[in-house]
Amino acid sequence: MRSLTPRRILGICALLGVVLFVAVVISLRLGAYPMSFRAILESLYQNAAGRGDQVPSDYRLVIFGLRLPRIAFGIIVGAALAVSGAGFQALLRNPLADPYVLGVSSGAALGAIVSLIFAPHVPLAMQGAAFAGAGITILAVYFLGRRGGQIDSSTLLLAGIISASFLSAIIMFLMTTLSGRDLRGMAFWLMGDLATPPQMPLGLLSFITLAAIGAIYTTASDLNLILTGEQEARHLGVNVARVKLVVYISASLLTGLAVSVSGAIGYVGLLVPHVMRMMFGSDYRILIPASALGGAIAIVAADTLARTIASPTELPVGAMTAIVGAPVFIYLLRRRIG
Amino acid sequence: MSARGASLDSAGRAGNPPPETTAVRLHVEQASYAYHVTERGAPKFALGPVSFKASRHEIVSILGPNASGKSTLLKLLAGVLKPISGFVRVDGFDASELDPRARAQKVALVQQESALLFPLRVWEFVLQGRYPHGKRLRFESEEDLLIAGNALAQVGATDLRERWMDKLSGGEKQRVILARALAQQPSLLLLDEPTQHLDIGGKLELLRRLRRLADESRYTVVVVTHELNLASEFSDRIVLLHRGKALAYGPPQEVYKRELLEPVFDAPLDVEISPSGRPRVMLRDANSGQWAPRNSSGN
Repeated sequence: MRSLTPRRILGICALLGVVLFVAVVISLRLGAYPMSFRAILESLYQNAAGRGDQVPSDYRLVIFGLRLPRIAFGIIVGAALAVSGAGFQALLRNPLADPYVLGVSSGAALGAIVSLIFAPHVPLAMQGAAFAGAGITILAVYFLGRRGGQIDSSTLLLAGIISASFLSAIIMFLMTTLSGRDLRGMAFWLMGDLATPPQMPLGLLSFITLAAIGAIYTTASDLNLILTGEQEARHLGVNVARVKLVVYISASLLTGLAVSVSGAIGYVGLLVPHVMRMMFGSDYRILIPASALGGAIAIVAADTLARTIASPTELPVGAMTAIVGAPVFIYLLRRRIG
Repeated sequence: MSARGASLDSAGRAGNPPPETTAVRLHVEQASYAYHVTERGAPKFALGPVSFKASRHEIVSILGPNASGKSTLLKLLAGVLKPISGFVRVDGFDASELDPRARAQKVALVQQESALLFPLRVWEFVLQGRYPHGKRLRFESEEDLLIAGNALAQVGATDLRERWMDKLSGGEKQRVILARALAQQPSLLLLDEPTQHLDIGGKLELLRRLRRLADESRYTVVVVTHELNLASEFSDRIVLLHRGKALAYGPPQEVYKRELLEPVFDAPLDVEISPSGRPRVMLRDANSGQWAPRNSSGN
C-alpha cells in the first residue's frame, strides 16, 4: 500500500512544471523572428531579476510583447479546460465528459457572442455571459441525459452533441448579422484561437481561474468517493449535493472563461485528464493539479504547432486539438463499449 | 448462542449520548415511513411501525418477500430516511439527525456496488472507509493505513490488496466491500442482501465471518437477506416483514413457524429443527399443487 502524500503530489507537479517550462521556451523560440535558446533564457532571467530594461528592445517586443502573453493565455486556458473536464467527468460520472463534447463550450460561445452583439463595451459582460451560457447548457444536458432518474452515459453524450449542434446553428444565425470585417475573426475564435488578445487583464483571469480550480480541489477527496458511487459516497458521509454545486459552478466558470479568451477549443478537457489518470492514477487529489499543468502543456504545444506548422499561415489552435483529439475520443468510446 | 444481550433500555436522546456501558446499540421504536407519489396523495408504500433492539455482539436478520419493506427499513436504520413517526437510535443518537460524517462513523452500510468508472486498487477502495474520520482533503495517516490493513485481514483479503477492483471475483469483491465498511470502524454494520451473488460456499463463509465479527469485535450486525436457513443458523434475532408490516420479532425459534412463514412467502413450507438446534425451512411438495399460489401478489 502506497498512499498519496503531499510530497508525491509536489513531486509530480514539479516534474510537470519542468515539462511546461521546456514547452514554453521551445514555443518562445519558434516563429518568424529567429532567436537562440540562449538569448531567450537570458532575456527571461534578466526580466525575472528585475533588469528587464537590459534586454534588447526587439527581443523584449517579441518575447514579452508578442509570444509570452499568448503563451500565458494559453496556459490559463489549458489549465481551465482540463480541470473543468475532470470536474464534469466526476459530476456526471462519465469518463467521456468534456466541455466541448457536451456542448458546454458552444453554450459559452453563444453567451459570449450575444454579449458582443448586445453589450459590446460593457467590461466583463462577455465573460459573465459565457459563464451563464456554460452553466445553462450543462444543466440542460444533464436533464436531457437522464433516463428514469439515472444519468445514462450514451444518452448524455448524445444530448451534448445535439445541444452543441443546436447552439452552433444559433451562433451561425447570429453571425450573419455581423459585418464582413468581424466575420473571419469570429470564425477563427469559434474554432478556438489564441491569436486575438482577450479584453480581460491577465492578472484577473489568472486569479479567477486559480480560485475556481482551488474550489474544485477542496472537493477532491469527496469526488474520489462520488466516482466510486453516489449512494455509497452518501453513506460514507459525503455531502453530495454541496460537492456537486461547487464543482458545477466552478467547472462552468472555468469553461466560460476559457471560451471567452480563446473560443471553443475541443478535447483538451477529455484527453488531458485521461492521460494524467493513466500516468498518475485516478485520485482527484493528484488528478486536478496534474490536469491543470497537463492542460497548460497541451495548449502551449498545440498552439506552437498551430502557429508554425503551416507557416506563414496560422491555424486556429482548436483545429490542432481536434485533429489529435477526435480520433483518440473515438478510440476511448469504442474501447468503452467493446 | 440464542438471544444474547440484556434488554437495557436506551436512555439516550438525540444529542445526549448514553454512557459507554449501555448494551443496546440500535433502538428502533415504532418507526414508520411512507413513500408518496404526490405531496397529498395516498402513500404508494408504507412501512411500519417497526420496533426492535439490537445489542453488541448481536446479529439481527431482516426477512421478508420482495417489496415487503426490507430496503426501506434498512434505509431508516442507515439514517438515509427520516422516520415519519417513532425513532431509530444508534448509540442513543437519532440516526437521521446526525451529520453525515458523524453518522458514517457509527453506521456502515454494505450494498451492491455500482460499477466503477475508473480502475481502483483494493487498498485504495478500503481506504475510502477512513473518509468519515478525516478532515477535508486530508491525506491518509499511518493509522489509517493500519486500520485499512486490519480490515482487509479481518475479511481474509490481505493478499488482494494490490489487485484491481474490477478484476475480482464476486466473493472477493464482497469481502473487500465488507473490509471498507470495517475500516469505517462503525458500531453498527448494515448489510443489504450481501449473499446475493455468492454461491453456497461463499454464503456460508460470509455469514461465518459476520458471526465472528459480531462475537469477537463487538459489532452489531443487521442483515437483510432472502436466505432463511442461513439467517436461522447465524442470527440472534429475526425481524419478519410482510407488506410493510413487522409480523414477528424474536429469536429464530419463535419466528420460524409454519403458519407464520407460509402466507408471508406464499409457498408450501415445512419447519423442522436442525442438528444445531436452529429451525430449518424446507419446501414441501413443490409440484403437488396442494398449495395454490396467489397470482395476484402484484409485487
